Amino acid sequence: MKKLLKGNEAIAEAAIRGGCRFFAGYPITPQNEIPEYLSWRLREVGGEFVQAESEVAAINMVYGAGGAGARAMTSSSSPGISLKQEGISYIACAEIPCVIVNMVRSGPGLGGIQPAQGDYFQATKGGGHGDYHLLVYGPATVQECVDILYNAFDVSEKYRTPVMILGDGMLGQIMEAVELPEMKDLTKLPAKPWATDGTGVGEKRRIINSLYIEPDDMEVVIKRLYARYDEIKRNECKAETYKTEDAEIILTAYGTVGRIAKSAVNILRSKGIKAGLLRPITLYPFPDYEYAKLADKAEVKEFVDIELCMGQMIEDVKLALNGKKPVRFFGRLGGNVMSAEDIVDFVLGEVK
Amino acid sequence: MEEKIIIAGFGGQGVLSLGQFIAYSAMYENLSCTWLPSYGPEMRGGTANCSVVVSDETVASPIIATPDTLIAMNKPSLAKFVNKVKSGGTIIVNSSLIDEKVTRTDVKVSYIDAQALALEAGNAKTANIVVLGAYIAMSKILPFETVYNTIDKLFEKKPKVIPVNKKAFEIGFNSVK
Amino acid sequence: MAKIFTKTKMLTDNVLHYCPGCTHGIAHRLVAEVLEEIGAEGNCIGVAPVGCAVFAYNYFNCDIQEAAHGRAPAVATGIKRVHPDKIVFAYQGDGDLASIGMAETVHAAARGEKFTTIFINNSIYGMTGGQMAPTTLVGQKATTCVYGRDPKFNGNPIRVSEMLATLDGPSYIARVALYDVKHVTEAKKAIRKAFQHQIEGKGFSMVEILSSCPTNWGLSPLAALDWVKNESTKTFPLGVFKEI
Repeated sequence: MKKLLKGNEAIAEAAIRGGCRFFAGYPITPQNEIPEYLSWRLREVGGEFVQAESEVAAINMVYGAGGAGARAMTSSSSPGISLKQEGISYIACAEIPCVIVNMVRSGPGLGGIQPAQGDYFQATKGGGHGDYHLLVYGPATVQECVDILYNAFDVSEKYRTPVMILGDGMLGQIMEAVELPEMKDLTKLPAKPWATDGTGVGEKRRIINSLYIEPDDMEVVIKRLYARYDEIKRNECKAETYKTEDAEIILTAYGTVGRIAKSAVNILRSKGIKAGLLRPITLYPFPDYEYAKLADKAEVKEFVDIELCMGQMIEDVKLALNGKKPVRFFGRLGGNVMSAEDIVDFVLGEVK
Repeated sequence: MEEKIIIAGFGGQGVLSLGQFIAYSAMYENLSCTWLPSYGPEMRGGTANCSVVVSDETVASPIIATPDTLIAMNKPSLAKFVNKVKSGGTIIVNSSLIDEKVTRTDVKVSYIDAQALALEAGNAKTANIVVLGAYIAMSKILPFETVYNTIDKLFEKKPKVIPVNKKAFEIGFNSVK
Repeated sequence: MAKIFTKTKMLTDNVLHYCPGCTHGIAHRLVAEVLEEIGAEGNCIGVAPVGCAVFAYNYFNCDIQEAAHGRAPAVATGIKRVHPDKIVFAYQGDGDLASIGMAETVHAAARGEKFTTIFINNSIYGMTGGQMAPTTLVGQKATTCVYGRDPKFNGNPIRVSEMLATLDGPSYIARVALYDVKHVTEAKKAIRKAFQHQIEGKGFSMVEILSSCPTNWGLSPLAALDWVKNESTKTFPLGVFKEI
C-alpha cells in the first residue's frame, strides 16, 4: 500500500528499512524532519540516535559507528555539510561505509533556507581535503529518495565508499505517495572483517585509520580508491532520459530541477518543439556516456543546462559533450526556483 | 487531467492540511499528486501556502506558475495570487475574512463564508474543511466519498473531531450546489 | 631462571616512538595492564588521537580507530553505542582533548557516554614541536609564547578534571601523576577504577595523567619529572574530583 510521505520522512524511513541503525546529527533547516523522525524510529528497531553537539561531532560519531560495523548515517544542510567535510575526508580515506544526506539550501555563507544546488562542486569533487570522491546521488522524487536510500548502505559497503544524497529543501518538504520496501534482513548481510568489533587481537587486530606517513603507502591507498571509483562508474552510473529519441534540444538538469525540466519538455512538445530531457541520477560518477551518445546524434542541435546556481554541473556536461554540441545555461539563484514555464520561455527566447 | 491548486492563508488557518486532504484523497484514488508547502520563517505567524498538483499521469513539476484553482483564505493571499490564476480557472474566496470582490472576469469565483459555515458545523476551526468541501464540489476532481473517508483516516488519532469535520465537509460541499 | 617480569599481552611488540624520558610509555603500559587485568583481551576497542599518541594503534593490542584531531570522544561515542558490551577507551593529549576537541569532550561527558578517557596532560603540544597548549602553565615557555605564558596575552590554563566534575554525566574523574613509583602505582589504581566504572555502566570516566615532555620543556628526563612534581601539580592538583 502506498503512503504519503514528506521527502525528509521518506529518506529516514527508507534508511531504516535499508538497515540504518545509527544516526548522529545536528539541527539545521531544511532537513530537521530526518533527525526528528529517526530519534524515535531508531529506538523502535534497536538502533542508536545521538543529537550531537555539532556537525563536526556528528560526522565523527558516524566514523566511529560505521568503523565499528553499524550502518551509520548523518544528515544536514549546506553550512552543516561544510562543517562535516573534515570528517568526510577521513571517512573516505579510512574506507568506512556510511550515508550522508545533504538537503541543500542557498549559499554561500549562512545563505538562505530555500532550495538551491550550489553544493554540486562540493559533493561531486570531493568536498574536503585530499584526493577522493563520494558516490553522489541526486534524487528527483520522493519515491526515488526511497529507492536510493534503501540500497545506499549496500552500495556503500560493497565499495567501502561513503554515499552522499544531494537533495534540496524542496525535495525534503514535498509530499508524494510512495511504495515502501520491506525491512532488510540484517542477519543476511555480508560480513565486515575490517570492522572494529572489539574481538581483534595480535595479527587479527583491525585498525581504522587514515594516516599514511609513508608516501608510497598513501599512494597505494589513493590508487585503490580511484580503482573503486572506476568500478562504481561501470556498475552504478544512472541517468533518466525522457523523449530524447527524436529530440533536437536536450534539456539537462538533476534533482528537483530535473522534474521541473520534464514538465518543460512536455510544454515544449505541445508547442511543436522536439525537446527531450537527460537527468543524471548519479552525479558522481557522472553519466557522461549518455551525453556522448546524444551529442553524436545529428538531429540534436544543442543542450540547455538548468540549475539552481550559477552553473556547476554544466562543467561536467561540457566535459562529457567534449565540444561536440553547444550548451546554454539557465539558472535561478538564492533560493528562487524556476517553473516549467520559465524554462520554456528561456528555451524559446534564447534558442528559437 | 491535471489540476494545479494553490492554497494560501495565515499560518494556523489549516491551509497546509487542506492541501494534504486533497493529496491523501488523490492517493486513495490512485492519482498522482504532489504537495509542496512554503517553508521557513514566514510560517511562524505569517502567511503560509501550499501547491498541490493532482494528475492521472505522473506529476513532474510540483512548481505552479499558473494555478487552475486558487483557494485564498485571507486578503494578502488573494492579492498575491489572484493574477496568477489561469484564464478560465477558479478562485475560492474565504469571504469571512476577505471583504473585497475579484475584479477579473475571466475566472470562476466562489465566495464562501467559511467561518459562519464552520460555526454552523459546530467548530470554528473547521473552516478549512468547509472550503475543502466547496472545492471538491466545484472541481469534481475527486469523489465526495473518497474525501469524506479521508477525514476518518487523517483524524484516526483524534476520533472525537471526526463528526464535526465531516459535517463541515458536507456543509461546504452543499454550499456551492 | 625465574621469570620476574612479563610484558602485558595488551601491548604489541612494536617499539614505542616516544622521546627518551617521555611518560607516554608508562601511561601506555598502565592502561594495557589494566585492560589485561579486567579481561579486555579480544573484547576492547581503542580510539587514538592526533598528537604524540597518534600511533597508539601500533601499540595497544586491540581493535583501534584513529580519530581526527579532537574527535576521539565523538568517535568513541559512535563505537560504544554500537558495541555497548565492549570496553571502549579514548587516549588523548591536552591539545586534542582540551583545545580543538573541548566541545566533544564536554558533551560526551555530559551525555554520560560509557567509555573511558585517558587524558595525557603534559602542558605542551609535543608532536608539532612545543607550542602553547590550553594546559600550559602561567610563566611556562613555549614556541608560541617565548617569554612564558602571560595571562594578559595568552589566557589561562584550563583545569579539565575540575570542570568536567561539575557535570552530571561523569561517574569518575581523577587526576594522577607519574613522577615517582608511588604515584605510578596510584595512577594505575585510578585507571583501573575508571574502567571499572565503565564495566558497571555508571557513566563517563576519565583519568587525567600529569605527564612530562623533556624534549619540548628543554629539561632532562629526571628534571622533567621534578617539574611535574613541583610545578604542574600547583596548577593541577592531584585527586579524585568525581566518584559516584
